[in-house]
Amino acid sequence: MLNSAGLSFVVLLSTVGAATTGRAEYDYYKYHPMTEITAWMNQMVKENPSVVTIADYGRSYENRTISLLKIGLKTGLKKKAVWMDCGIHAREWIAPAFCQYFVRQILQTYKTDMKMQRMLNNMDFYVTPVLNVDGYIYSWKNSTTRLWRKNRSPGAAGCSCYGTDLNRNFDANWGTVGVSDDCCSNIYCGTKASSEPETRAVTDFIRNLKDEFLCFLTIHSYGQLLLIPYGHPNIMAPNYNELMEVGLGAAEAIRRVHGKEYVVGTSPAVLYPNSGSSRDWARMQGIPFTYTFELRDNGTFGFELPQDQIQPTCEEAYSGALHIISYAHDMTFNAAAATATATFWTALLALGVTGVSLM
Amino acid sequence: MATGELNPNHYPAQRAAKVVQHYLTTRYGSPYRLFGVQKVHSGNAEDVADTGRKYQLEISVHEIISNVTQTCSAEVFFPRGETQSSPHVQASCEELLKTDTKAQEEALYQQYKTNQGLLSSQRLPDSYGHIEPDMKPFWHLGILASSFIMLNESTENTLYNMAQVANITQLATENEQLKFDCHTLLHDMVSQEIIHWKMLFTWSPGEGVKVLQKEQLPHCHHCEKPPNTN
Repeated sequence: MLNSAGLSFVVLLSTVGAATTGRAEYDYYKYHPMTEITAWMNQMVKENPSVVTIADYGRSYENRTISLLKIGLKTGLKKKAVWMDCGIHAREWIAPAFCQYFVRQILQTYKTDMKMQRMLNNMDFYVTPVLNVDGYIYSWKNSTTRLWRKNRSPGAAGCSCYGTDLNRNFDANWGTVGVSDDCCSNIYCGTKASSEPETRAVTDFIRNLKDEFLCFLTIHSYGQLLLIPYGHPNIMAPNYNELMEVGLGAAEAIRRVHGKEYVVGTSPAVLYPNSGSSRDWARMQGIPFTYTFELRDNGTFGFELPQDQIQPTCEEAYSGALHIISYAHDMTFNAAAATATATFWTALLALGVTGVSLM
Repeated sequence: MATGELNPNHYPAQRAAKVVQHYLTTRYGSPYRLFGVQKVHSGNAEDVADTGRKYQLEISVHEIISNVTQTCSAEVFFPRGETQSSPHVQASCEELLKTDTKAQEEALYQQYKTNQGLLSSQRLPDSYGHIEPDMKPFWHLGILASSFIMLNESTENTLYNMAQVANITQLATENEQLKFDCHTLLHDMVSQEIIHWKMLFTWSPGEGVKVLQKEQLPHCHHCEKPPNTN
């Protein structure tokens, strides 16, 4: 029998218990260096052992592991997949912050939200919190390195600068528009398509599973944009209309959270032409819903988005991402369910069975 | 290049609108009045013989400090020629200029004028996006001064924002103006480059910002490989 004093005692015990296990709450609304993000990834696996696993799927130029969290409920059935990567550009710190928030959110909501539970039953989420590990670590080195963008591979012989722009290095109309062959440029596309180990880590992983992927979301900042393929002004994705419609739905979902406007369109229309982007490569693999998210802000703080904006930015971006993911999921799984139901009744009618008796 | 009616969300109108923002900041800005483009409502572009290209825009301009938004009409002319020439801007935005900042500007001016030691600050904002409240006026002054450069350097192929004030130092002066030495980092969205500029500028409530000297610093000065690598 728990009287109020007894209840308070129980509460006190559990608080003490939490304190003594040393489990401090991870602060999702601060920027974290790579070591803390890695520790957090391990913690996510530990706290959700049957739902989360880590996959080490590549090595950066400086030989660091590139890892993702695979999140999904075990069903034994063949599943579809969602890809999300953050931090392909080192200085865009809000992006890795969003990936971490996204993981926390889906792990928190699936237990009580039937829709999310269904999605985790039907799909696996592959989330890479920091893709450009070397670049991200370099941007934390000191205040003069904060605005680094590229990876940290040395330029080819004769080059006096470091780094290739990983988002110009993918084998998707590589080296055609929106790039520089000056190795010192921030949009240097590399010595050839997929010259960079970070690029190959992504392509090797996805190529093995490409028929499973419904969505490919790559997270960047800043600019408040949702970009659809392709980066080349003369090439249109076959599902352009659908991509725009779903994108506009996502932007509306974003706007409803905190009133921020995100513009939807192809890169050449709303930003600039470019080639060799991860999004374009993913679309060319046949992954239907591929989007680049450019998160807050519009230039006031730019890459150094204040930490007090991490939460609202993550909340709105989550809403937008979920819109796209839900659409892709429902297209695939609700349609299948509806088709299965229709097929079942058609078959019954064909057998001359009425609804009255099946004996 | 797009001509005629422009899609307000597409980059030609957006880049021209950003130029209007820089213009308004140089013309009407102060440490207590700074502008941002909220939204482009409509735009039109036309070639002007061989001399350049003219944009007409309807935009919502947001005054950041008082949080007032107003629709403005603006015209931006990008000259075409042998040498790089800065854009010419005209804009009507009267409502935004009604915010009275005189008292705050005077107080700031007096505070800096009578300082025992000359003030200095670095990295505004810092890596975490943080600016100490005391240092906010320095950040605003940096934005003001940088806007002169951003306006000057803008073309149809750039989109400038100030990424960071690397260093701003108050210098001694013999006259009424406050004087500052400033190292600022500009981000051009189109090239994705960070461009370093050094400036010497003055400010007073009466005269606003006057840029005395400006100099672009060499590109990529902290991404070079050490010698003898390879």
